[in-house]
Amino acid sequence: MSDDNKKLLAELEDALANCMKCGNCMEVCPIYKEFKTESTVARGKIALMEAVLSGQSEITAGFDQRMAMCVSCKACTAKCPCGVKADELIIKGREAIVKTRGLHPIKKAAFALLKARPLFDFGLRMAGVFGPLAFKKLPGRLATVARFPMPGLDRKRIMAPIASTPLRSQVPEVVKVDNPKLRVAFFTGCTINYIYTDVGQAVLNVLKENDVEVTLPALQHCCAVPVHISGDIELAKVFAKHNIETFERYNPDYIVAACGSCTMAWKKDYPEMFADDPEMKARAEKLAARTYEISQFLVDVVKFRRDNLGEVKAKVTMHDPCHMARGIAVTAQPREVLKAIPGLEFVEMKEPARCCGAGGSFSLAHYDVARTINDRKLADIASTGADTVATGCGMCRMHITDGLVQSGRNEQVFHTVQLLDRAYKAGKKDEPKKAKDEFHFH
Amino acid sequence: MQSGLIDSLKGIVGAEHVLTSQEDLLCYSYDATPGFSHMPEAVVMPGTADEVAKVLAAANEAKIPVYPRGSGTNLSAGTVPLKGGIVLLMTRMNKIVEIDTANLIAVAEPGVVVGDLNKAVEEFGLIYPPDPGTVATATLGGTVSENAGGLRGLKYGVSKHYVMGLEVVLADGRILNTGGKTVKDVAGYDLTKLFTGSEGTLGVITKITVKLMPAPEARRSMLATFAKLDDAGQAIAAIIAAKIIPATLEIMDNATVRTVEDYAKVGLPTDVEAVLLIEVDGIAEVVEKDSAKVVEVLKANNAAEIRVAQDAAERDKIWAARRAALPALAKLRPTTFVEDATVPRSKVPDMIRAVNEIAARHAVTIGTFGHAGDGNLHPTIVCDIRDDAEMDRVYKAMDEIFAVSLQLGGTLSGEHGIGVGKLRYMESQFGPAGMAAMRAIKKALDPNCILNPGKLVGECL
Ligand SMILES: Cc1cc2nc3c(=O)[nH]c(=O)nc-3n(C[C@H](O)[C@H](O)[C@H](O)COP(=O)(O)OP(=O)(O)OC[C@H]3O[C@@H](n4cnc5c(N)ncnc54)[C@H](O)[C@@H]3O)c2cc1C
Ligand code: SF4
Ligand code: SF4
Ligand code: SF4
Repeated sequence: MSDDNKKLLAELEDALANCMKCGNCMEVCPIYKEFKTESTVARGKIALMEAVLSGQSEITAGFDQRMAMCVSCKACTAKCPCGVKADELIIKGREAIVKTRGLHPIKKAAFALLKARPLFDFGLRMAGVFGPLAFKKLPGRLATVARFPMPGLDRKRIMAPIASTPLRSQVPEVVKVDNPKLRVAFFTGCTINYIYTDVGQAVLNVLKENDVEVTLPALQHCCAVPVHISGDIELAKVFAKHNIETFERYNPDYIVAACGSCTMAWKKDYPEMFADDPEMKARAEKLAARTYEISQFLVDVVKFRRDNLGEVKAKVTMHDPCHMARGIAVTAQPREVLKAIPGLEFVEMKEPARCCGAGGSFSLAHYDVARTINDRKLADIASTGADTVATGCGMCRMHITDGLVQSGRNEQVFHTVQLLDRAYKAGKKDEPKKAKDEFHFH
Repeated sequence: MQSGLIDSLKGIVGAEHVLTSQEDLLCYSYDATPGFSHMPEAVVMPGTADEVAKVLAAANEAKIPVYPRGSGTNLSAGTVPLKGGIVLLMTRMNKIVEIDTANLIAVAEPGVVVGDLNKAVEEFGLIYPPDPGTVATATLGGTVSENAGGLRGLKYGVSKHYVMGLEVVLADGRILNTGGKTVKDVAGYDLTKLFTGSEGTLGVITKITVKLMPAPEARRSMLATFAKLDDAGQAIAAIIAAKIIPATLEIMDNATVRTVEDYAKVGLPTDVEAVLLIEVDGIAEVVEKDSAKVVEVLKANNAAEIRVAQDAAERDKIWAARRAALPALAKLRPTTFVEDATVPRSKVPDMIRAVNEIAARHAVTIGTFGHAGDGNLHPTIVCDIRDDAEMDRVYKAMDEIFAVSLQLGGTLSGEHGIGVGKLRYMESQFGPAGMAAMRAIKKALDPNCILNPGKLVGECL
């Protein structure tokens, strides 16, 4: 092991030593629930890192495989009586792996693409144009099945189709309103820009209804969460710095994002990434203080309009993405949004904040495990009798949709804000038909 | 270990259920006990009693040690494979076989998590009372083998009071059944109780029949603060003397209260010498009467402040204080030893005072909390195991704590068991004849000493 890595892991020694091996994390870890072996739970991974530190073990392929078995759901950290931030320590472990062994090949290819922003943009746009060729469309929902085997994708896996035109090319950089009350910068993140443009459109509509002017900075990049949790901290910092510089130029009152992970990146990860660079840290913190997840922004800042909401007939349950529930602690606001919608019946599922198995790029590399974890979520959804699942993360939406389609189920998955958008549309008596067409409700 | 044996183990349980990579073995070199660790040579995960039998027969033949393991949450190094060999991981055997509501009995495999069993019987208005702090993670097999207890021990007792029958695989692979569903069963030696609490040294438990209890209809929680430790002690005695057996009667000493308040901010005064937490349960009318009486007793014994929970939210708040005790202490320093020295309940104040005195004399940090109603205290020592000088003082303090406990007419363990953690004190509690009797039992059932060797009764060859 290089001295560099030794130093990196040595810094962790105290943090690791705080784990008293009580095993409380076994109760909540979705991966442990499937395998019931020590290396799949935080306690075991911490023990492995300790062994590397003490020289008892090396950073081997086996170490790499075991560190990869984590969806970064933060459940262990939330549970730990000793305050051990196991999810972050596991990422540190991966950081050491990246330095010694390099990334998993599938991820390597994906992140190489992400690194070159223009190329990434072009690549996904081409995929959008040619997407219909490569993916078979499933009627009635935003989902397709891969027709050709694609590297890193399970053949049967349901993906959302890649948009033929990314969101930021569909709308002007500044979406104006007549009497702006507030001005915000919208961090779209990749999922919304390239795949779930419908969520982006809903965000724009909903903000418009509330007299908020929205800027979509053209040069924004991926939030860096996927590369960060893979352990490539250097690349993550490049993304973070780029985003911070880009958004600073607009000096927005607020930054909004419609994805728990993106919001977490801005609010927590960026300031932490620059812990040893006071100048960048201060800049990151300044923006972090202004960053809001969309439902949080609507409820806490804008106090969204409720007088012009129309009926949405749906029985809705909510899945709280890990990074919403434990990353940024936003669970009340999306519920408040849903409960404000007339006609909508809200039912709570068992363990709404239990990981759905998507885990960012985890489900790319470990599709089978991700699906088994997903099955528990599907059962919880089924027991509510809901016809619609609301959530706040594109990856979760895609993964849950995949599970539902694979098991022949009919529930639809939407971002919370899409349901609000639909309520605003239903409120405009002249346009009810349009709203109906746009969303495939049944 | 010879590769031939590994191959036959794979043949028995399936190759994917035998772990031999260095990374996996490292993950089974520890349990929740600080200060012990050793690598096994293989981890074997059986799926049936028959597979367990075959694994044990093979290991016995080759004289290879076998360490049964549930969730590895024990606090006595009971699962650490100190001599290498096989860790026998029971978590795959996790089926609830039967819930018999007519006989108020459940039959389950050892890998079932206790909390899951409770969830399953809840539907029928029943509970399985043993509830260790690890109820959401510990296995039924592990708790039965440790004779685990919990917060409700005062009224409901420990695991042995609920185990009705067992299926056990002996060291040589023979399968044995004890007890059953009958409440009255006085035939022969009580093998059920013998294997309960035997910490994996006499046999491997593969099926467990337990007694269930009707869930209490109502419960009421109370918290009282005491300026003087002795008043708290008097209050404990007086509650029982008033013929009330609370489900739970807990105490936290000043060091614990201060730490909890610092960590969880639950609104406890930090200058009190003790806090008592009490819960009575049962039929609504009785709960009403009992809780009124408890409040009277607390007042008569100079409680400074008394809070009685009026609803679920207030009940939660009261227990949040107690739940925070261990986490709050554990967070102070990297290493945490949770001991469970137990004394007759009238000696609880003496024991707390003695522990405080020992802590001061050896300059170590100890917070004491625990199940005052049954005398089962948890002196919790926080330290840093990497600091040799400090550890020297810690181990001295520990020796004295257990010595005092025995002097006060107590025992080494109220619920965590012995393992290797407390082995060195066993002779002082049982004397040479007691130890010889236990070793004779061990030798008779496990002549090659392959089952959890070196634990509970020490070396026996
Ligand atoms: C934070 C914390 C709080 C705790 N609170 C309590 C408490 O309140 N009360 C209490 O009693 N304990 C408590 N404990 C201790 C621990 O949780 C219990 O001892 C529990 O019973 C262990 O269960 P396990 O499944 O983890 O067993 P393990 O730790 O895996 O094993 C325990 C022992 O049982 C043996 N064993 C396991 N399975 C079998 C089997 N199938 N057949 C034969 N032998 C077997 C093992 O060899 C070992 O000797 C606590 C521990 C922690 C870390
Ligand atoms: S990470 Fe926390 S919860 Fe898990 S074993 Fe360590 S101390 Fe316990
Ligand atoms: S972050 Fe989630 S998946 Fe990873 S170890 Fe913790 S609980 Fe398990
Ligand atoms: S977290 Fe996901 S959606 Fe958000 S920017 Fe990163 S990759 Fe895109």
